[in-house]
Amino acid sequence: MDIYILGQQLLNGLILGSIYGLIAIGYTMVYGIIGMINFAHGDIYMISAYLTAILLSLIFSLGITSLPVVLLLTLFFAMAITGTYGWAIERVAYRPLRGSTRLAPLISAIGMSLVLQSYVQISQGARNQGVPILIKGVLRLGGEEQFVQITYIQILIVIASFIGMAALTYIILRTSLGRQCRATQQDRKMAAILGINTNRIISTVFVIGSSMAALAGVLVTLNYGSFDFYIGFVIGIKAFTAAVLGGIGSLPGAMLGGIVLGMAEGLFSGFVSSDYKDVFAFGLLVLVLVFRPSGLLGKPEIEKV
Amino acid sequence: MPIQQKTSLRKALLDGFWSGILALIIFGPISGLVLKGYEVQNELMRPLLIALSVAVGRFLISYLIQTTKGRYYLGKLVGKRDAGVTVASLTKSKYQHLLIPVLVLAGLSVPLLLGKYWLTVVILALIYVLLGLGLNIVVGLAGMLDLGYVAFYAVGAYTLAMGAQYFELGFWTMLPVAAIGAAMFGAMLGFPVLRMHGDYLAIVTLGFGEIIRLVLNNMLEITGGPNGASAPSPTLFGLEFTRRAKQGGIPFHEYFDIAYSPSYKYIFIYLILFVVVCLMILFVTRLKQMPMGRAWEALREDEIACRSLGINHVTVKLSAFMMGAMVGGIAGVFFATYQGFINPSSFTFFESALILAIVVLGGLGSTVGVIVAALVLTILPEALRDFAEYRVLLFGIAMVLMMVWKPRGLIRIKRKAYELGEPTA
Repeated sequence: MDIYILGQQLLNGLILGSIYGLIAIGYTMVYGIIGMINFAHGDIYMISAYLTAILLSLIFSLGITSLPVVLLLTLFFAMAITGTYGWAIERVAYRPLRGSTRLAPLISAIGMSLVLQSYVQISQGARNQGVPILIKGVLRLGGEEQFVQITYIQILIVIASFIGMAALTYIILRTSLGRQCRATQQDRKMAAILGINTNRIISTVFVIGSSMAALAGVLVTLNYGSFDFYIGFVIGIKAFTAAVLGGIGSLPGAMLGGIVLGMAEGLFSGFVSSDYKDVFAFGLLVLVLVFRPSGLLGKPEIEKV
Repeated sequence: MPIQQKTSLRKALLDGFWSGILALIIFGPISGLVLKGYEVQNELMRPLLIALSVAVGRFLISYLIQTTKGRYYLGKLVGKRDAGVTVASLTKSKYQHLLIPVLVLAGLSVPLLLGKYWLTVVILALIYVLLGLGLNIVVGLAGMLDLGYVAFYAVGAYTLAMGAQYFELGFWTMLPVAAIGAAMFGAMLGFPVLRMHGDYLAIVTLGFGEIIRLVLNNMLEITGGPNGASAPSPTLFGLEFTRRAKQGGIPFHEYFDIAYSPSYKYIFIYLILFVVVCLMILFVTRLKQMPMGRAWEALREDEIACRSLGINHVTVKLSAFMMGAMVGGIAGVFFATYQGFINPSSFTFFESALILAIVVLGGLGSTVGVIVAALVLTILPEALRDFAEYRVLLFGIAMVLMMVWKPRGLIRIKRKAYELGEPTA
């Protein structure tokens, strides 16, 4: 086996996996806290791709050209606006359904996903959109003929997602907000009795999840440069697969699941068939749910009366 | 005794103001700044209008909810949350017996009244009625959310096309084959996944649906991939509905010595489909009153209670899954024969979501509701072509509103009442 091809596929897998991990955070936190699959999360990611292009064009038209400033401004506003989306979606479509049947929030989420896709399609048009390539350059390891390569923006993706992950882990484990989140996740009623505003915590979780998806969305858009209103669907399911693979409800699990899925997918498309790589990912999802629904790091769920 | 609160205009105004600001943040960039290449075009009037209406709406709700009268009217608008199933009254009105024969006759006479274009629209609507009825068994009655229902639809359609292509079998042979094939397929997919609870089941079925579509798309040598495959038309006792018959066949119009018209084929498809839909409605209505149907509904309401009362949840769920799959397969055969040509792009997740929207809007579990929703959701967009863009948006909004407002559906589910005979001493 060619060591360089293997290395390249693993590296591609790592990059893809950190993206999946960032999006998976939204699924895993929401599932952990209110036990629903936020089907519209993939479309939040899609919204952030559009926001990237719009913000970049606005920032350039203001005459700001310094690259770090442009990047930070785009990231900040994209994460803030998508966070608002997350908050509003929870408030409008999920909060009135607390205590309803188990299927109701999921159906509402599917409706919300259709709304977001169609809203973007109507306002921005159905055609492919793009952003200019801002960060050029590539790092090569190895010889002249054979090498493993990674572009600078891809390095940025890996670093940014690890920083995002670390910051989030710190918040959840060390701050008062994080303690409240964990308490709400363990027992919502008891947390409410102890004086935690659980509705606000749930909203916060939606805002955090959405802004992490926006972080992924901005970086991926800068990397690939092109997107349309439908990109959220497939990446959403794959990120959900990552969340389940790592054990839904567990933060490190989301990142681990993302990287495992990304690498498995990279190896599969490199050595078996790239036509069937989505089939492989969906098949993996089915197998994990059937044989190990609690995932790699999750605890098995016990159903009680 | 209710505490009389002072109504606060200030609070209502503040609520309205903040929701307006939030709406501006949300709608501003996406609908206000339209991408044109790397530039943006200013359309800021649109989000301003949206934000203004959100602010006014929030203000009105916030103000009205503080007054007794307002609460009363809002309560009327939202309606009671009535749960469960009610028992129908025994007394029937005089005309109720007439209703069903009249509807059937009206249905049979539809092809006489409509031109070819509207006939094809109605056929498509009936296919969706069939799909809605099938998915209703799985989602509405048994309470399992199936997001990959389109897989069985695809299996039915491709069974017809592949049967014709490789074994030269016609519509009438493939109809039962597809029904059984789809049911078997449902059993195969269903068996491993039925142990898991609601949301995981939904995602697994979604995964299966996508796998089926991708496999159909990638197996170029067998299915034709994205180029699709052709499907045969039905025949009437060997008579074909083409202008010129294939070798050995006789065209319908030559046998009866009438002029050729392309709409004969559609009239024929319509009539078979109508009969199939009627039979299916009868089948589902009867099924609901049988022990199996009751077990489905009981399992939907409380799985743990059912299992403690000795219902085998795997068999019961599997039967619902297979039944739904079978109906989906039949609908697929009709879709293929009606289009004459199929390719994987007809079987995307969006199709599953549309069928789910039909079932949800019809009221999970209600047969009449599903039929009405299917007819409305397929015929209305044809009639309102100008709003075609907004179709999906409206479906989505309707799904959310329905869950928030009436999760049990617009039409109340009624269970048939039985009269006890006079007690004999």
